[in-house]
Amino acid sequence: MTELQAERATESTGVARIETRSKRLRYVDVLMAAAAFAILAALPFLFSSKALLDFVIRCSAFGLFATSLNLLVGYTGMISFGHGMFFGLGAYGFGLIMQRAAVPIPLAFLATLLITACVAAVIGAICVRLKEIYFAFVTLAFQMLIHSLILSWVSLTGGDQGLRGGIPRPVFLGVDLSNYLHLYIVSCALLVIGLLLMRQIAQSPFGYTLRMIRDNAGRASFIGIDVWRTKLTIFVLAALFASTGGIIMSLFVSGAYPEFAYWTISGEGIFINMLGGVTTFLGPMVGTVLLLILNDTVTRLTEYYGIVLGIVILFFAIGLRKGLMDFVVEWLEQRRDGKRERG
Amino acid sequence: MDLDALTGCLASSACVVTQTTSGFIIGMLLFLVAVGLTLIFGVLKVVNFSHGAFYMFGAYFAMTAYQVTGSFALAMFCGAAGTAILGLVFERVFMSRVYGRDVLMQLLVCYAFVLIFDDMVRLIWGPEFKSMGMPAAFQVPPLFVAGGVVPPYYLLLIGVALAVAAILGVGLARTRIGKVIRAAAHNPGMVSALGTNTGLIYGGVFALGGMLAGLAGALAAPVRSLTPGMGFSVLIESFIVTVIGGMGSILGALIGAVLIGLIRSFGSLGFPLFTDGLMYLFMVIVLVSRPTGLFGKELA
Repeated sequence: MTELQAERATESTGVARIETRSKRLRYVDVLMAAAAFAILAALPFLFSSKALLDFVIRCSAFGLFATSLNLLVGYTGMISFGHGMFFGLGAYGFGLIMQRAAVPIPLAFLATLLITACVAAVIGAICVRLKEIYFAFVTLAFQMLIHSLILSWVSLTGGDQGLRGGIPRPVFLGVDLSNYLHLYIVSCALLVIGLLLMRQIAQSPFGYTLRMIRDNAGRASFIGIDVWRTKLTIFVLAALFASTGGIIMSLFVSGAYPEFAYWTISGEGIFINMLGGVTTFLGPMVGTVLLLILNDTVTRLTEYYGIVLGIVILFFAIGLRKGLMDFVVEWLEQRRDGKRERG
Repeated sequence: MDLDALTGCLASSACVVTQTTSGFIIGMLLFLVAVGLTLIFGVLKVVNFSHGAFYMFGAYFAMTAYQVTGSFALAMFCGAAGTAILGLVFERVFMSRVYGRDVLMQLLVCYAFVLIFDDMVRLIWGPEFKSMGMPAAFQVPPLFVAGGVVPPYYLLLIGVALAVAAILGVGLARTRIGKVIRAAAHNPGMVSALGTNTGLIYGGVFALGGMLAGLAGALAAPVRSLTPGMGFSVLIESFIVTVIGGMGSILGALIGAVLIGLIRSFGSLGFPLFTDGLMYLFMVIVLVSRPTGLFGKELA
């Protein structure tokens, strides 16, 4: 065997090793998702507190939204300040389809995602070639456009009153979403499946292409990656998950309100990412839980919610300079390194 | 949609004059806010997402000063000076910590202050709508130009905005300070090495930008209602103006602002429910055809 052949042989076993490792990691992801779902599904049988279940449903809605935003912000470096429009679009799209057309819920779900994908493709096609701050503000402008459309198209959306009259929930294959327990299980399932899918996207070769674009778009372009198309793809994919979050929210509150499409939702999404940290996949989930707890406590204590939230944001942005999960991960790494040095 | 109203208006000179004046008013106020935004961006390379709050504070400061002193000139001065000081403090204490960091951090710091400032106004002045009222000096019968109504206060407003545009344009292009500011925008390290305090320039530019937004708010106080959160829609509109005109260009901000003002005033006749939408649509058209805006230079 020549030297070259030997090199090739080790190379291919190296590649194979990486492949088996990534396959193993994928099984670990699936197992963790299954375990998480089992724990969440067991909650209603262990605790009778409805507040806790409400909290989990809201976490599902905002968690899907925030994690999908992280696909843009953390993985691709696209700071979208209008991601909330897809949250609102999901809520309104689903609510309207269910109210106007008597279709099974899964069909309405798919139709809403289809609508979101079309809208996101059009908006993304315009936005994704813009640089950082232009991208942030043009997405924000589109969000405001959708918000003003919702407010002005009163005959369809109910204007500033929101989409009222409840959302009909026909039973489908024994799943009855007007039953609170069923709604809870379905939201948890959507959350876990959504997170698992996003995890697959993030760990796939496509996910690594995103990281490459974030780190050096010029180089990615030089080695033959169509940056525009890749960015558009992730923009649409992220919109789909945000829309799913909106659908959960509309089922939870049994309606849709203009606030779901207002810019503060996007601001909160960015803040959740910051709070939890953008360098880990589950950071936004941690951020969601933290923000919702913060939200519930502060609104109970004071009506000047903005001041408190603003100060917390400043603490994270100027004081810590990173999210909570970033902090934890760094601390763990330091501890491990310290052990290795001692050992 | 009400296209008949639009064509009917375009046929009569009186209506055209009235709508054009009101378009110019919207445009001039937007220009004052947008030019501050564009200046801050041009020199500091940050987008002041909390710029709308300065507009809001300008209006509230002016209202309080007017209620206390009863002098319109003093009210305008307080609106402008108060926000200038606010801008200086905000820049030195908070924004200067996030220069050169992630855009995300800059947006977050500003987002935090949008929330804090809105709540502060709610805390100090209350959540309800307020109005300053038109000063007695301007409560005179309007002028009639070709049958259209032109209130004298509007003329003052347009005059002030045009004067600001001229002073800024000449000041930046010809004076020594203007040249230093432009140099600092281009290469802050070199300017600093040559012995100029760039921190002072940054603070000064931010204060100037804040002052212009505050002046716009103060000028708007007699003709608009005051409410916490009033700054946000102005911020979005003035951002659209800077995007259309081109980031960093004063002439671009002026032309963009007038265009947006005219679109709003005539659009409200033809498409009363979709006036905002027209604005966004126009921005999209400009961005697709000229990504850097009408007067923007390619950003390095």
